[in-house]
Amino acid sequence: MIELDNVAYSYGGEALFRGLSLTLAPGSFHFLTGPSGAGKTTLLKLCYGALRPTEGDLSLFGRSVTEMDRDAVAMNRRRVGVVHQDCQFLDHLPVIENVALPLVVSGQYSPEHDENLSELLTWVGLTDRAGALPAELSGGERQRAALARAVIMSPEVILADEPTGNVDWEMSQRLMRLLIELNRMGKTILIATHDLMLIRTTKAHVQARVLRLAGGGLYAAGSEL
Amino acid sequence: MNWPGLSPRRLLTADPGADRIVPPSGFTVWLTLFTAATMAFLTVFALALSLASGRLATSWGAELARASTVRISAPAGQLAAQTETALRVLDQTPGVESARALTEEEAQALLEPWFGPDLPLGQLPVPQLIEIREAASGFDAAGLRLRLQAEVPGAVLDEHARWRRPLVSAASRLRGIGWISIGLIGATMTAMVTLAAHAALSANAQVIAVLRLVGATDGYIARAFVRRFTLRTLIGAGIGTVLGLGAMLLMPEGDTSGGFLTSLRFAGWHWILPFLVPPLAATVACLATAAAARRVLGQLA
Repeated sequence: MIELDNVAYSYGGEALFRGLSLTLAPGSFHFLTGPSGAGKTTLLKLCYGALRPTEGDLSLFGRSVTEMDRDAVAMNRRRVGVVHQDCQFLDHLPVIENVALPLVVSGQYSPEHDENLSELLTWVGLTDRAGALPAELSGGERQRAALARAVIMSPEVILADEPTGNVDWEMSQRLMRLLIELNRMGKTILIATHDLMLIRTTKAHVQARVLRLAGGGLYAAGSEL
Repeated sequence: MNWPGLSPRRLLTADPGADRIVPPSGFTVWLTLFTAATMAFLTVFALALSLASGRLATSWGAELARASTVRISAPAGQLAAQTETALRVLDQTPGVESARALTEEEAQALLEPWFGPDLPLGQLPVPQLIEIREAASGFDAAGLRLRLQAEVPGAVLDEHARWRRPLVSAASRLRGIGWISIGLIGATMTAMVTLAAHAALSANAQVIAVLRLVGATDGYIARAFVRRFTLRTLIGAGIGTVLGLGAMLLMPEGDTSGGFLTSLRFAGWHWILPFLVPPLAATVACLATAAAARRVLGQLA
C-alpha cells in the first residue's frame, strides 16, 4: 500500500534520516513516536507524497513517486486521509464545506452526499457545529472536523500527525476511539505522537505496531510500549 | 504538466465549489477591476485615434495623389483670357487628365466658412481657381510652372502634395502610435493582472496547501484563480468600454475631412471593434493568470 524502501530525507543537505524502510499494509495500525525534531511529520508527509525522498524509493499504492507528476500525487492523495495537528482549514468556509472539500476538489460532490455528510458530522459529534467557521471551533472540535474531512472520501489510509496534541485527555480518548473504529473498518492507520500514555491505552483495544524514529533511524519500540 | 482544468469550456462552466474555495476579499479584486476598466477605457480611445488617423491618412493620400490647383490673379479685364490660356496650356500638358475652372458658386462655397454665405464675390478681386486632375503618370510640375509663367503671368501652380504630404505622413504615424499605444496598454494590463494574480496566489499559499492536502490537482487550483481573474477582468473591461464609448458619443460629430477632433469616433463597422475589447482583455487575463498560477504552484510545490 505505502512502502518506503531505504529512504533518506535531507533538509538543506543535512540528512534528517536515512536507510529508512517501512511498509504500511492494508488494515494495519501504527504508532510513530520519537523526540521532537526526529522527523515524524516529515515521514508522514513522505507517506502522502507531500515530500519526495532525497534517496531511496517511495511507493504509493504500488506506484513509485519518482514516476508521478504533481497531479498523479494529488490523485493518490485522495486515497489517503490526513489529520494535522494544526488541522489546516479554509477559514472562510463553514465546517460542513471544509469537511466536504475533498469531494468538491475531486469533482465527486453532489447533493446526495449531504446525507453522508450529516451522518459523518454526527459520528464525530459536530452536527450542531456544521455552520460554524473553523475559527469558532475549540481544539477538539477542530480535530474532529479534520478527522471527518480525512475520512469523507473513504480513504484506504489515514495519517494523523499529533491528532491529540491540542486536546484534553477525554477528547483524545474520543478521537482515538474514532480512529480505532476506522481501523476495524479496514483502514490503515498511522499516528505520529509523542504521547506514550495514549499509545498504551490504545494498544489495549487494537493490535498496533509502535515505531520509534530517533537518531536518523526507525526502530520497533521497546517492550515498555 | 497537463492543465486539463484550464480548457475554455471548463472555465466558462459554472463551478460553485471552485468559486468558493478562494477567499473572496482582498485588494486584488479592486486592482484587477480598476486596471481592466481603465485599460479598456484607454484602449477605446486609442482604437478610435488609430482608426480616425487611418481614415484621415487614406483620405488625404487619395486627394494628394490626384489633385493640384492653378490660381490666377489678374485684373478683372484679363482674368477670363488668362483662364482660357491656362486651360489650353493644361490641356496640352502630358500627365494632366483634366482641368476645369471653378464656377463662381464653387468659389463662393470655398470661401463661405470664412466670410459667410452673402459674400459679393463679383465685386471682389478673388482669384480664379482651376482644378487639375492628374493622370496616374503625373505631370512635370517644373515644366508646367515655367510654361504658365511665360504664357499666363498671373498664374501660380499649387501642388497640394507640397503641404499635404507631411500631413499624410503625420496621420500615418499617429495611426501607428495609436496601435503601439494599444499594444502598450495590453502589455500593461497583462503585467498588472499577472501582478495581482501572483499576489493573490502568494497570499493564499495556506489555501493552496489545504487544497493540495485534500487532493486538489494543480489544474483545479489554477482554474479557481484563473476563472476569478478572468471574470473580474471581463467585468472591469466591460465597464471601461461602456464608459469609453459613452465619452466618445459625447464628442461632437463631424465629417472626416472637416476636422480631426470631430472625427475621433468610430465609423461604420468599426463600431464592432470596441466590443471586442472586453473578451480580448479577459483572454489576456486568463493567459496571464494561468502563467502566474503555473509559476506560483511550481514554487509552492
